[in-house]
Amino acid sequence: MPTVGVNRDKLFEKLGRVYTDEEFDQLCFEYGIELDDVTSEKEMLRKELASAVAKGGDAAAEAAAASEEVIYKIDIPANRYDMLCVEGIARALNIFRGTQASPEYRMADMAGRAPLQMVVKAETALVRPFVVCAVLRGVKFDAARYNSFIDLQDKLHQNLCRQRTLVAIGTHDLATIKGPFTYEALPPEDIKFVPLKQTREFNAKELMQYYLDNDQKLKKFVPIIHGSVVYPVIYDANRTVLSLPPIINGAHSAISLDTRDVFIECTATDLTKAKVVLNTVVTMFAEYAEQPFVVEPVEVVDAFGNKAVYPDLSYRSLTLTTDYVNSLLGLQLPGPDIAQLLNKMQLRAELGADGKQLSVRVPPTRSDILHACDVAEDVAIAHGYNNIPRRIPPTCTQGRELPLNQVTEMLRAEVAMAGFTEVLTWALVSHAENFDNLRRQDDGATAVEIGNPATAEFEVCRTSLLSSALKTLAANKDNALPIKLFEVSDAIMLDSSRSVGARNERRLVAVYCAKESGFEVVHGLLNRVMEVLGVPHKDEPGAASSPVTYHWSPSSDPAMFPGRQAAVFAGEAQVGVFGIVHPEVLTAFEVPYPVSALEINLEPFVFNQMYESLLEPLSS
Amino acid sequence: MADLEASLLQALNAQECIADSGEFAKSAGVDHMVLVGTIRSLQASEMIVAEDIDHFRYALTEESQGYLTAGSPEAQVFNAVTPGEGITLAELKAKVPGEAGDVGFKQAMQQRWLALDKAAGEPRVVRKVDSIEDRTQALLADVAAGREIPKAEADNLAKKRKLIKPEQWKTYKLTKGAKFALERKKPATDLTFDMLAKGTWRTQEFKDYNFNAFGVLPSGGHLHPLLKVRTQFRKIFTQMGFEEMPTNQYVELSFWNFDALFQPQQHPARDAHDTFFLNKPAATASDRGVPADYLQRVQSVHEVGGYGSAGYGYSWKLAESEKNLLRTHTTAVSSRMLYRLANQPGGFKPAKYFSIDRVFRNEQVDRTHLAEFHQVEGLICDRGLTLGDLIGVLNQFFSRLGLKKLRFKPAYNPYTEPSMEIFSYSEQLNKWMEVGNSGMFRPEMLRPMGLPEDVNVIAWGLSLERPTMILYGIDNIRDLFGHKVSLSMVRKNPICRLGL
Repeated sequence: MPTVGVNRDKLFEKLGRVYTDEEFDQLCFEYGIELDDVTSEKEMLRKELASAVAKGGDAAAEAAAASEEVIYKIDIPANRYDMLCVEGIARALNIFRGTQASPEYRMADMAGRAPLQMVVKAETALVRPFVVCAVLRGVKFDAARYNSFIDLQDKLHQNLCRQRTLVAIGTHDLATIKGPFTYEALPPEDIKFVPLKQTREFNAKELMQYYLDNDQKLKKFVPIIHGSVVYPVIYDANRTVLSLPPIINGAHSAISLDTRDVFIECTATDLTKAKVVLNTVVTMFAEYAEQPFVVEPVEVVDAFGNKAVYPDLSYRSLTLTTDYVNSLLGLQLPGPDIAQLLNKMQLRAELGADGKQLSVRVPPTRSDILHACDVAEDVAIAHGYNNIPRRIPPTCTQGRELPLNQVTEMLRAEVAMAGFTEVLTWALVSHAENFDNLRRQDDGATAVEIGNPATAEFEVCRTSLLSSALKTLAANKDNALPIKLFEVSDAIMLDSSRSVGARNERRLVAVYCAKESGFEVVHGLLNRVMEVLGVPHKDEPGAASSPVTYHWSPSSDPAMFPGRQAAVFAGEAQVGVFGIVHPEVLTAFEVPYPVSALEINLEPFVFNQMYESLLEPLSS
Repeated sequence: MADLEASLLQALNAQECIADSGEFAKSAGVDHMVLVGTIRSLQASEMIVAEDIDHFRYALTEESQGYLTAGSPEAQVFNAVTPGEGITLAELKAKVPGEAGDVGFKQAMQQRWLALDKAAGEPRVVRKVDSIEDRTQALLADVAAGREIPKAEADNLAKKRKLIKPEQWKTYKLTKGAKFALERKKPATDLTFDMLAKGTWRTQEFKDYNFNAFGVLPSGGHLHPLLKVRTQFRKIFTQMGFEEMPTNQYVELSFWNFDALFQPQQHPARDAHDTFFLNKPAATASDRGVPADYLQRVQSVHEVGGYGSAGYGYSWKLAESEKNLLRTHTTAVSSRMLYRLANQPGGFKPAKYFSIDRVFRNEQVDRTHLAEFHQVEGLICDRGLTLGDLIGVLNQFFSRLGLKKLRFKPAYNPYTEPSMEIFSYSEQLNKWMEVGNSGMFRPEMLRPMGLPEDVNVIAWGLSLERPTMILYGIDNIRDLFGHKVSLSMVRKNPICRLGL
C-alpha cells in the first residue's frame, strides 16, 4: 500500500477547514485511507539521522534547518492512483464531504489549431513500443505545487509503473522545445545530450556506465534497456533530446518554477497503463492550468501512420440497477439516494425512467472501477460500512473437520500424554540441513527446491521432520535431561504423479535426548502410537483379522546408528524409521547428547472405523 | 550421638535437673560443643528446657604460653645480664632476641631491676638488684591453672601487655520440658504404606508441612501454544457449520494462487521479492493443472474483461500462470474448492469452508515477519449473500474470540469487492486494532469458474500468530514459531480459552 506524505496545513487549506488528528483519522477511516503517521520533515530527518549516525555533522545541520511543519503520512489503497498527491487526496475528500463538485475533465478546444505531434519510429517496437503525451497550458507552480508534481511522478514510477519497467514519465518546459517530436530507438553511441543534473554531454552508452558507477538511484533502472541494441529517445524538431526513457530527461527542457506550459510524455511497454499514468498526471495538475481541468491533446502518429489523440479523457459509462447494488450490500436504498451517494465518490449517476436503471459516468481518474461491483462498493463507502445492517447468513451447512487433521489433533494429544512436548518448526530448511547433515544423499528427485530464497536458511522444503527436531534440541541444550519432543506436521516430497509435481506428507517425529540414547523409549512410543491408532503388530494374536498391521525390522538409514535402527512397516510398505541418531548427524546439528528418534508417515493410518482411507488430496 | 542423648535424658530423669551441662559433658567425656547439639535438638522438640549459664575467664595468649616455663620477658632479660660487669645492649639483644628482648628490657628498667651504665664509653646494662621475684610468670601460671587473679593486675596483663585474653562461654542448666520422654519420637514427613499396614499413623507425629513451597511439577508432555489456539479456532469454525478445506499442499500453481483470483500478472505480489518460486518442480503444464475452457475464460477476463467487467487490458501470459510456487495464501485452496463447487456432479450447492494452514512469503525474518506463518480463512458461498451477511458473520465469529466491538474500514484487495479491513476495539489498549481482512469475491473470479450469477462468496482471513502473540504476551514472532523457541515457553503456557 503506497504511503503519501502531505503537508498538513496545505491539505487543510485545500479542505477549507482545520481538523484535529483524531477527526482527520476518522474521516480517513470512513473513506478507506489511513492516517499512518503524524510527523514533520525535521522529525523524518532526525529518524534518518538516528539510523545512520555515521553521517555526522552535515546531516545534523540539515535536520536542524529542516521544516517543522506537520506532515501527514497517509496510506492509499493500491488501486487509487488518483490519490497519490495532496491535490488528489483533497479533491477526493472534498467531493466525499460534499464541499466540492466533481470537476469535469476535458480536452482544450483545438478549433483552428493543429495539436502538437509525436511521431513514433518503427524501431521503438524493439525496446519500448508505446508513447502517449499531453500538454498543460498556463500552469502556475509554486514551491509546494512543484514538489507535489515531482513527488507524484515518483509515486507513480514506484507503483503503477513498476519501477519504470511498464511506464516512465517525462515532463518538459514546452517553451524550450519545438514540435513535432519524434520517438525513436537508436544505437546508444548515437544518442548524445546533456542529461538532467549534468553539465557535460554524454552519449547514452557512456551515460549508462556513468550511472551504474555513480548513481545509486538511477542505476537500478539501467538494466531495463541496458541489454537492448537500441535505446529509446525522444527528440524535438531541432534534434534536442527531451529524454532517454525510462532513465533520464535532457537538461535542456527541464521544468522549473517559472515553467508555464508543460509537455508530458509517457513511454511504455504496456499501453493501458501508460494511458492511466498520463491521465493521472494531467487530471491532478490541470487544477493549476490557466483553464482549470482542461488539457491540450497531443497527436501520436505510430509507425504505420495511424493517428491517435491523447490523453483519453473520455468518461466511461457503466450501467447497473439499484437492485444489484441493494442486493449486493443488503440495503434497500431508493434510486435517488444511490445516485447521490455515488456523487460523493466522483461518480455521476443518472437514474433511468424506471427508477432502477443507473447509468454511471466513470471519470478518467477512476481507472480502478472495472465492474458494477466497484460502483456498489462506492455506494457502501459513501453510505458508511458501519451503517449497513448486519444479517446472519441463512446458509445452513454441516461443520466438518478434514479427517487427516482430525486424526492429527487426536494423535498430538496422545503423544503429549505419553510425555513428549510439542514443537512447531519451519517447513523451509537449508539444503545441508535436509541432506548432508543427516548423511542422506540428494538424489535430485526428492526435495522441492526454492528458486529465489531471500536467505540461505530457506533453500528446500524439508523431506523429513527430523532435522527440525534436532535443530530444536540444539537450541535448547541447557534444558534438564531427558528432553522429549515431538511434532506432527508436513514433509514435502517431489511427486510426479501429482499435477503440481509435489505433495505434502503428514508425519510424526519424536526425539528423546539424554545421557543415554533412550532407544527403547522411542521404540515404546512407536508401539504406543500404533496401539492408539488401533493397528496391531503383525504377530499379535488376532492380528490376522485386522486389515492393517505393523512391524519393524533392522534397517540401514544413514542418519541412524548402524545396528541400532529399524524400519517401520504398515503392511508391506515402509512408513518410517526409528533408531539412535548417528553421532555424525548429532555433530552436524551440534547436539552434544545421544538422541533417539522416531519418524513415521501418518497418512496410511487416516482411515475410518471400516478402515476406509479418508485422504482427500487437493490436486490429483 | 544417640547414646549421648539417651544418657542425658536418663540423667535428667534420675536427677530432675542437671545443674551445669559443662559438668555433664566433662563426666560423659565429650566436648561441650557436641553436647550443645544434642541439647538444641531436644530443646526444639520441647523435651528439655535449657537455661543459660554465662561463664567468664582469662586465658593465655599464644605468646604468653611460652613464658610459663621460660619466665616473663623482664625475668629473661634480667637473667641474661651478667652480675657485676653487665653486658652491652648488643650482647643483650643477642641473648634475648626479638620482641621478648625489647619488652623485657623496658619492663626490667621500669621495675628498676636494671640500669644503664654510661661511664666507660659504650653503655653497659648492669643489674641494680641481686635477685628478683617473677610476679608476671606467677600470674600467668595462676591464669593457666584457672585461678583468679587480682583485677588490677588482670587488667594490666590483658589490656596493656596483651598477655592474657578474656573468654566467655555458655553452659546450660537443664530441666525437663513439656514433652519430656526417655526416648525421642521422630515426626514423620509423609504417610506411608507401612503406617497404614501397621496402623501406626494413629499415634505417629507428622512434621509440619512447608506450605510456602511449590509442589513438584508433573512430568507429562505439553502442547504448543500456537496449536492450542489453532484447535480452538477449528472448534469455533466447525461449531458454526464450516467444513475444513484440504490445505495439505504447499506447492501451488501460480494460476490457482493468483490468476484464478483475478490478480494481474504484473501485480507486485507476483514479484520474486514476495513469493517463493520453485526450481523444482518449476512449473505445471496447464493441461495438467487447469481445465482448458476455464483457463481460457480466466485469460479473457484478465485481458478484455467480461461478465460486466472491463478487465485489466494487458497481454496475459500462459507461462506466467504455469509457474509453481509455495502458496502465498490459503485462498489458492479456496479458489480450487470454489471451482470444484461450481463443477461438481449435481451442480452448485451452498458451502461454508474454513482452513488454518501455512502460507509462505519470501521475506526477511524479523520480530513481526516469518517466511512462513499460519493463515486462518473462512468463506461462505451461497445465493444472494450480501455485505450485510459478511458483517453479520464477522460479528458472530469475532465475538467467539472475545472481540465484540467491531468496525469496518474500506480497503483494497485485487480479488474482493467490496473489501473491508476489520478493526476491533481493545479495552486494554484503549484503541482500535486491525484484526483481519474480509470481502466479497469479485465476479471476475467467480463467474469464469462457472458459479451461477446470483452466487456470492463472502470471506475473511487473519493470521493465527498475531492473536496468539497477544493472548500469550509474546512480542517476537520468532519466540513462537521455529526451532529457536524456548521449550520452557511451550511448557508454561495456559490453556487457550478462545471460544469458551
